[in-house]
Amino acid sequence: MAGVRALGVLSRLSTRRYAANTSRTFSVAPAMLARTHVSYEVKDDVAVVRMNDPNSKVNTISIQMQNEMTEVMNELWANDAVKSAVLISSKPGCFIAGADINMIQACSSAEEVTKLSQEGQKMFELVEKSPKPIVAAINGSCLGGGLEFAIACQYRIATKSKKTVLGTPEVMLGLLPGAGGTQRLPKMVGLPNAFDMMLTGRNIRADKAKKMGLVHHLVDPLGPGLKSPEQRTMDYLEEVAIQFAKGIVDKKIPLQKDKGMMQKIQDYVMSFEFVRNQIYKTVHGKVMKQSKGLYPAPLKIIECVKTGVEQGPTAGYLAESQNFGQLAMTAESSALIGLYHGQVACKKNRFGSPAKEVKTLAILGAGLMGAGIAQVTVDKGVRTILKDTTVQGLARGEEQVYKGLNDKTKKKSITSFERDSILSNLCGQLDYKGFEKVDMVIEAVFEDIKIKHAVLKEVEAVVSPHCIFASNTSALPIKDIAAASKRPDKVIGMHYFSPVDKMQLLEIITTDQTSKDTTASAVAVGLKQGKVIIVVGDGPGFYTTRCLAPVLVEAVRVLQEGADPKKLDSLTTSFGFPVGAATLVDEVGIDVAVHVAEDLGKAFGSRFGGGNVDVLKTMVELGFKGRKSGKGWYVYEPGRKIKEVNPEIGEILENYRMKANPAVSSDSDVQYRLISRFVNEAVLCLQEGILNGPLEGDIGAVFGLGFPPCLGGPFRFLDSFGADKLVAKMQQFEAVYGNQFSPCQLLLDHAKDSSKKFHK
Amino acid sequence: MLFGGGLVVKVSGLTLARPGVKNIVLVEGVRTPFLLSGTTYANLMPHDLARAALQGLLNKTSLPKDAVDYIIYGIVIQEVKTSNVAREAALGAGFSDKIPAHTVTMACISSNQAMTSAVGLIAAGQCDAVVAGGAEFMSDVPIRHSRKMRKTMLALNRAKTLGQKLSLIGSIRMSHLSPELPAVAEFSTAETMGHSADRLAAAFGVSRLEQDEFALRSHTLAKKAQDDGLLEDVITFKVPGRDIVSKDNGIRPSSMEQMAKLKPAFVKPHGTVTAANSSFLTDGASAVLIMSEEKALAMGYKPKAYLRDFVYVSQDPKDQLLLGPTYSTPKVLERAGLSMSDIDVFEFHEAFAGQIMANLKAMDSDWFGQTYMGRKAKVGTPPMDKFNLWGGSLSLGHPFGATGCRLVTTVAHRLKKEGGQYGLVAACAAGGQGHAMVIEAYPQ
Repeated sequence: MAGVRALGVLSRLSTRRYAANTSRTFSVAPAMLARTHVSYEVKDDVAVVRMNDPNSKVNTISIQMQNEMTEVMNELWANDAVKSAVLISSKPGCFIAGADINMIQACSSAEEVTKLSQEGQKMFELVEKSPKPIVAAINGSCLGGGLEFAIACQYRIATKSKKTVLGTPEVMLGLLPGAGGTQRLPKMVGLPNAFDMMLTGRNIRADKAKKMGLVHHLVDPLGPGLKSPEQRTMDYLEEVAIQFAKGIVDKKIPLQKDKGMMQKIQDYVMSFEFVRNQIYKTVHGKVMKQSKGLYPAPLKIIECVKTGVEQGPTAGYLAESQNFGQLAMTAESSALIGLYHGQVACKKNRFGSPAKEVKTLAILGAGLMGAGIAQVTVDKGVRTILKDTTVQGLARGEEQVYKGLNDKTKKKSITSFERDSILSNLCGQLDYKGFEKVDMVIEAVFEDIKIKHAVLKEVEAVVSPHCIFASNTSALPIKDIAAASKRPDKVIGMHYFSPVDKMQLLEIITTDQTSKDTTASAVAVGLKQGKVIIVVGDGPGFYTTRCLAPVLVEAVRVLQEGADPKKLDSLTTSFGFPVGAATLVDEVGIDVAVHVAEDLGKAFGSRFGGGNVDVLKTMVELGFKGRKSGKGWYVYEPGRKIKEVNPEIGEILENYRMKANPAVSSDSDVQYRLISRFVNEAVLCLQEGILNGPLEGDIGAVFGLGFPPCLGGPFRFLDSFGADKLVAKMQQFEAVYGNQFSPCQLLLDHAKDSSKKFHK
Repeated sequence: MLFGGGLVVKVSGLTLARPGVKNIVLVEGVRTPFLLSGTTYANLMPHDLARAALQGLLNKTSLPKDAVDYIIYGIVIQEVKTSNVAREAALGAGFSDKIPAHTVTMACISSNQAMTSAVGLIAAGQCDAVVAGGAEFMSDVPIRHSRKMRKTMLALNRAKTLGQKLSLIGSIRMSHLSPELPAVAEFSTAETMGHSADRLAAAFGVSRLEQDEFALRSHTLAKKAQDDGLLEDVITFKVPGRDIVSKDNGIRPSSMEQMAKLKPAFVKPHGTVTAANSSFLTDGASAVLIMSEEKALAMGYKPKAYLRDFVYVSQDPKDQLLLGPTYSTPKVLERAGLSMSDIDVFEFHEAFAGQIMANLKAMDSDWFGQTYMGRKAKVGTPPMDKFNLWGGSLSLGHPFGATGCRLVTTVAHRLKKEGGQYGLVAACAAGGQGHAMVIEAYPQ
């Protein structure tokens, strides 16, 4: 069960259609074409401005949208019958999701992007200085440029709907809020909150936004009435916003809230330059620690905020637009945007909709993986059977599911009542009772082909013919498992990553015999569970485990050559991996690593050699199985944050000591030894047809294995780094270590012809 | 069968009596005056109110104290000391100690549940005469110690040595001392009922004006009924240590201008539900005597009405919390084979003016009927000239557990007064539940 704990930015990327922000062309094109994106009507003396992109499910700030908005705003400002305005979206669940990324990607120079940013800044400045108050009525996502638009308005009202989220996710695309966000947010919510929002890019729910001062007023979503709840809620929001707009004009509703004592104290403290400097320093330090300086965007965000606060708005806005332009041209930004597009693509079911929806899912094995799968299934309204062979195992698994949900209750993302009613979908059992009604079985039992065959036969004896059998194996070829099946067309691999509720990736493995409908069904279940899905061909280690195995053995060799686990970790994390290689092996489990290394070593021969697997075996014999056993390369004690290297490891490594060759042992060499084996194996998977394309390869590597997101995945890394440069390095290593570093044919082809790119 | 579904022609003598089904009758119904909580009843306990209602029923019917087979009471906010308030009240009211009694709870339809339980016992042949009732006492509610404190106190009970006791006492912190207050809020959604009512009113586009008008109507009609002496179910009650009370004290007809001045009570500042268009916290109790027709006649009583079909419904406790009447009304009419136009007297529980108006709009909407109720068309609305003509919970008061009996008794009295044949009671309740009952006038 290969898996890693994803940290940082990786776990936060999600597939909403967020976008960077800008707005183009404030100067109005005189074309008097009928407006399609923005319309307005005047109710009493309030202009209700409605946004509705006719070509998309969400509103984005596109050129069309901006032009029409500008036209409308100019008309309103010129219209004496209008005293105030309400800005609202006609789309359920979306205010403005951001600006169209394509608009930025279409630019070819930093100057061009800077100009986009400046036009956006200008437009929102006019909105901010509007003589007629504008109330932003927010229902649904209000992100990126959408939030920058909203905070330029005089007043903000948001619905308490679960779909209403506010945020500045630009940082996750390697960008910054470029239409005044870095300047307005600190003033609105204070430095600490503004940094938190912009540097993490996290979504803020409506109630939190109210507390932070990001919105002024909240409106409850309505239930069914004389219209659908969604429609009526939007109408209601509009009615309330109109009331407020009138109230603001009549001076009945103050735009500024009286500051509370805490706020006054905070403001006072913040008025000292040395306090602010301390904040910049702390935030900078934190960013450097987490990003290892590999991501330019967070640093630029700090710079923009600092410039604005310390040198005034003119300098601040200039810094914002210039840095925005520069960031848009960075390799990191294109890597992250590439991942975003990939993620969107991997959230679609290219196999069509399955003949039968999975309504009851059974999971065999209530271990960490099995219970994790149950955890992401029960809350999607799917009846979930969790079966184990022992009462203790089952109790542990059910407790894991309960704890996962209860943690959500504590964070107030669900109520305790919702928790209980979700849990009513879970049925823990020790036998196969009720399996005749099960639509899909996912086995997460011990990784042993005999046990897998045994449960497959047991399952097939009790389930109905339409039931799909999925194996959550990390390395055993699916066709070997399917060999014991009466209906191999219903057998498929579903490789989850641990911890299942945190890791976004699901690797689905199909054999030659797996039917298209089975695949469609597995993808549909995965999507329901909220997963990003890659569908790969069958073979030892499929795609992810196969890329991981050579890195593992190489890591062992590095340790045998004398590096200590902490050194190895720092080399890998400073390259951009969210988790160091030694920690990764501890997370995966030393015993699992042994299995993987041996199985794949047998399948692929000397190419998968490197470090001595006996090192790991010795560790397993001594009970050092990684985090789960409390000891691996490191010692794990509950409650202790700083982990120490396992003192008993030194002796083992001493027994298996290898002599490092100084020609290939510099820090940089070690990093490239690890990364090149990963990348070469990935390219080989593409060459052999295991992978459907480089996009899925990148997504799988980043979301499943923690390949540095700033590099965008092995294939994008090759495109930007240069296949020829990597091949040159590999050949240098090959001279010392042999065929483990032989570049595969496809990699050589790319090295020979620099015009060949994996991503167009 | 005398008639088929929906083909009822209103002819004198036609009834809902069915072969093989026992006729069950309401012999008498009484209630204490309903008082604003914190007023004259303030120093009582819940069972005192229930006791007063029971004694009032005994007085009014001259019922021998051992002549009933069973006693059932409904209550919502439980006084911990008298958790089976039915038994405590029955003993205190002088009923024979040989009569079993139990307490039911179903939010605002608790006493409806008490009555229908009684009907069930009689229909099943278990009993011939049952007293049902309800009580609510909001002047005093159980306020508990915090969970932490309770845990410490319970541990203290088990502590053996002085050292253990001292260390437990020493563990008490300030946070232990903050009490837990009961709220009129849904457990499942944590939303208070007023808040939900405001959202419901907004969902159906009920304006503040409509709500205030309805509230004013309720108070005006209640005042008239009180002045005309129509509220004959109200007994006089000598409150221990206080005066005799004989009138409801929450009836306050105001003016639209006065009511318009109030600020929203729950959704601020843009909500529409205010203190004036909501029912108020009330103390009060009610009781009814239910018998099989044979038994009543044998005992020489002249029954007031037949209790016929009834239903309970339930729906989404978040967004449809108070729509019980919309769902229960068509269902009970269908059961009885009646149509809306057959009903002469409507008594709906008025939790909030906005809730009544929302229900009326829901019943008048084809879209709602089709989308949420699986009907072909709308339910249809009761005509206002038959609707809550003697006031309602908004004006008379709403002691949660006691309102159901008031509704049924009022229907019986109105049928008699207005000369109608069929009456309908409908009510909503917390938990997203609802109830309706068809009542038939007893032939004069």
